[in-house]
Amino acid sequence: MQNDAVLTMRGIDKQFPGTKALNKVDFTLRKGEIHALMGENGAGKSTLIKVLTGVHEKDGGSIWVEGVEGEAHIHSPQEAQNLGIATVYQEITLCPNLTVAENMFIGRTEGQMVHWKDFEKRTTEILNNLGIPARAKQELSSCSLAVQQMVAIARAVDMNCKVLILDEPTSSLDDKEVEMLFSLMRDLKSRGVGIIFVTHFLEQVYEVSDRITVLRNGELVGEYAIEDLPQVELVAKMMGKDLNDLADLEQIGEKRSAATEVVYEAEQISSSESKPFDFKIHKGEVNGFTGLLGSGRSESVRAIFGADRVTGGKVKMKGKDTKISKPHDAMKAGIGYLPEDRKRDGIIADLSVRENIILALQVMKGFFHPMTKAQMEAFADEYIKTLNIKTASQDTPVGSLSGGNQQKVILARWLLTHPDYLILDEPTRGIDVGTKLEIQKLVLKLATEENMSITFISSEIEEMLRTCSRLIVMRDRNIVGELTGDQLTQAQVMKTIAGGEQ
Amino acid sequence: MAAKKSSFLKKSGLGQLLIPITALVILLLFNLIRDPSFFSIKVAVNNSGNSVLSGNLITIIDNASALAVIAMGMTLVTAACGGQDISVGAVGAIAGSFFVKILKSWETVTAGSMILAIVVCILTAVAFMMFNGTLVAVFKIQPMIATLILFSCGRSIAYWITGSATPQLSGPIIQAMGMTIPGIPIPTPIFAVILVGIVLALIFRLTNLRLYTQSVGVNQGAARLNGINPTAIKLLSFVLLGMCVAVAAMIGVCRMAQLSHKTLLVDIEMDAILAVAIGGNNLGGGRFRIAGSIMGAYIIQMLTTTLYAMNVATVNVKAYKAIVIIIIVVAGSPVIKNWITSMTNKIRAGKMNTSAAKGVE
Repeated sequence: MQNDAVLTMRGIDKQFPGTKALNKVDFTLRKGEIHALMGENGAGKSTLIKVLTGVHEKDGGSIWVEGVEGEAHIHSPQEAQNLGIATVYQEITLCPNLTVAENMFIGRTEGQMVHWKDFEKRTTEILNNLGIPARAKQELSSCSLAVQQMVAIARAVDMNCKVLILDEPTSSLDDKEVEMLFSLMRDLKSRGVGIIFVTHFLEQVYEVSDRITVLRNGELVGEYAIEDLPQVELVAKMMGKDLNDLADLEQIGEKRSAATEVVYEAEQISSSESKPFDFKIHKGEVNGFTGLLGSGRSESVRAIFGADRVTGGKVKMKGKDTKISKPHDAMKAGIGYLPEDRKRDGIIADLSVRENIILALQVMKGFFHPMTKAQMEAFADEYIKTLNIKTASQDTPVGSLSGGNQQKVILARWLLTHPDYLILDEPTRGIDVGTKLEIQKLVLKLATEENMSITFISSEIEEMLRTCSRLIVMRDRNIVGELTGDQLTQAQVMKTIAGGEQ
Repeated sequence: MAAKKSSFLKKSGLGQLLIPITALVILLLFNLIRDPSFFSIKVAVNNSGNSVLSGNLITIIDNASALAVIAMGMTLVTAACGGQDISVGAVGAIAGSFFVKILKSWETVTAGSMILAIVVCILTAVAFMMFNGTLVAVFKIQPMIATLILFSCGRSIAYWITGSATPQLSGPIIQAMGMTIPGIPIPTPIFAVILVGIVLALIFRLTNLRLYTQSVGVNQGAARLNGINPTAIKLLSFVLLGMCVAVAAMIGVCRMAQLSHKTLLVDIEMDAILAVAIGGNNLGGGRFRIAGSIMGAYIIQMLTTTLYAMNVATVNVKAYKAIVIIIIVVAGSPVIKNWITSMTNKIRAGKMNTSAAKGVE
């Protein structure tokens, strides 16, 4: 045990029915360091965090926490909290309808009397101290997501946490908010808090972390100082292979922009959420909508699919006038749509993998034409194999799969309908590097081999540059530019987003 | 063995039915030990001279008919809307009133007037349920609140329709529908349950109702983005519930050979919700099993009959019922379920370890 360690985990084992989730994993967190915990989905990151926070009980191994005599036994989140281990999850777990001060102190009051005035004063102090732009009496829901997250962190810090776990804290923040969060993290680090940082964004790891621990398949790959592990090697370690795959992708990535038949064409299409715009896509083309969060890129593709109330515009599918006013119309016209928010709009969590895969096709076949069980099983089997979906069985509820595999199930659902035009809104968000590459490759393969037209949206510009042959740039709900060919560089995209000259 | 059993249950989809099946078996065993004659079935001659089967089991299955039918419909509404309809009893009274009103338009009950009355009864119940369904599906009012309206005023409406407290019915057709058909020793209401069950099974077989309903119940936003119309599915669940309510109302009216707007299907809404819950269905919507709800209905009825057979005073029956129901519902609760799964997992893990160790040796 090192002297400066606030948390030492040794030989942690965790067994789930059928799988060994953690196999003799070691993890050490030192005082005042930001320690990135990296690994693909299913590598055991979440399980390790859950063992540490008392959500799961470990089957073997030991945990020591600074200032606690002997081994720490953590059986519940409450015990973890008492030991000074605090977690801020991806989804905000505070109460949005209470004020900032109430959220800071809820569940922490002792005795019968509650002195809200004092709490408000102390909250103001803490907020000022940490430089969080919120007021104590403000209702939490009126703060931006980033500020809400910071309040959650402030609450943890005020409870004298020694170990702060940030689980995917940045996935729904924009760049400026991420910067704010990072400065808060650095501030806490200088105060001696140990921070465990779990994220899928590689750049962010290198921006803020001191050390990286990599897990793969429930086993420890190693612990590295940040300067000893270049980004490329980190990816290789997470995936357990070298980067030939990336090279493969570059090869497939001979993007095609030959003028072929127009598959989808919209004139001044608009919805309750999006302003009117023109758009068309050719056969076998991969295009993208880019822009900052809130620029209207998702709203635009939702308008194409009829996901929001369509308010106007003319649509032609393969040259024929088509009316699309609801998702079912779009599906019949041969359009598929993988929504941005997988949990809210994509998966039907309690239903099985099989039911989730066949859902769209079944709906297209119609209410009075159910498929036979054998057909469903065959389809599900086929796509579980093709997309390499990791699931115990077809009957497993899709909600219990990892994020990347859930995304693949939804992808399978739309591929099964054999659409002419497939819209993928953030298909790679919150999933691991390996699956990301798989999906990018699949997109290019579908376009080249099956002549599918695809709209691909991603927050990572890199990813879009790699896959799209045409980028539509949006700002403030308007299309402000269209980039093709040589213009497809990061610098040019940034410039167009920022509003420089074309 | 435990591991094998649980995986078998999962595969056959019987996992959800484990609790109701166990409860039913325990109730049967309890009665077997208490008094084996509880199960005796005799052939008796009833008032109208038909020879019929009689005995506690027959009584239970017969008396649970209305409840079983409504529980089936309630399961669908629960699954699609994530809430329950508490107006089923009151709407049943309204539909029953129309049923009696039509029959009373003629001197005697004939086959023709009966068919007309059945059609009107079903249409009435469906119409009122559409009212509930519209509030829930279109106006997005919570089911409990939306159906509170008819729950409160339904029985008054029933009274206005017939205009008298307890209109009486008589004749061989009513007897055949409420009691037994001459020559068939099994009470007719039991056939009504089987008929409704078959109709629903056919609907599930020939349409995607199950998949659509479950999708809407679990995540209606996602269901909509997959081309399903959640409003239509919710409305449809209320339409089907309406049909079930109509059948239950006719069973109730014919059994008593009279209509009392105050007592027809009274308190049945709570028993129906309970039957759905005992059947292992999530009252918050989503996945469902109709078979579970039917079993739930028979469990509730068997409990009542058992208590009466034990000479428990009528006033106390509800209290004893409550105790048993607490046990069943807690046994089926997520906390206990998780505990059981973790216990079986531990046993399985232990076995795996020992067998692995043996392998190493």
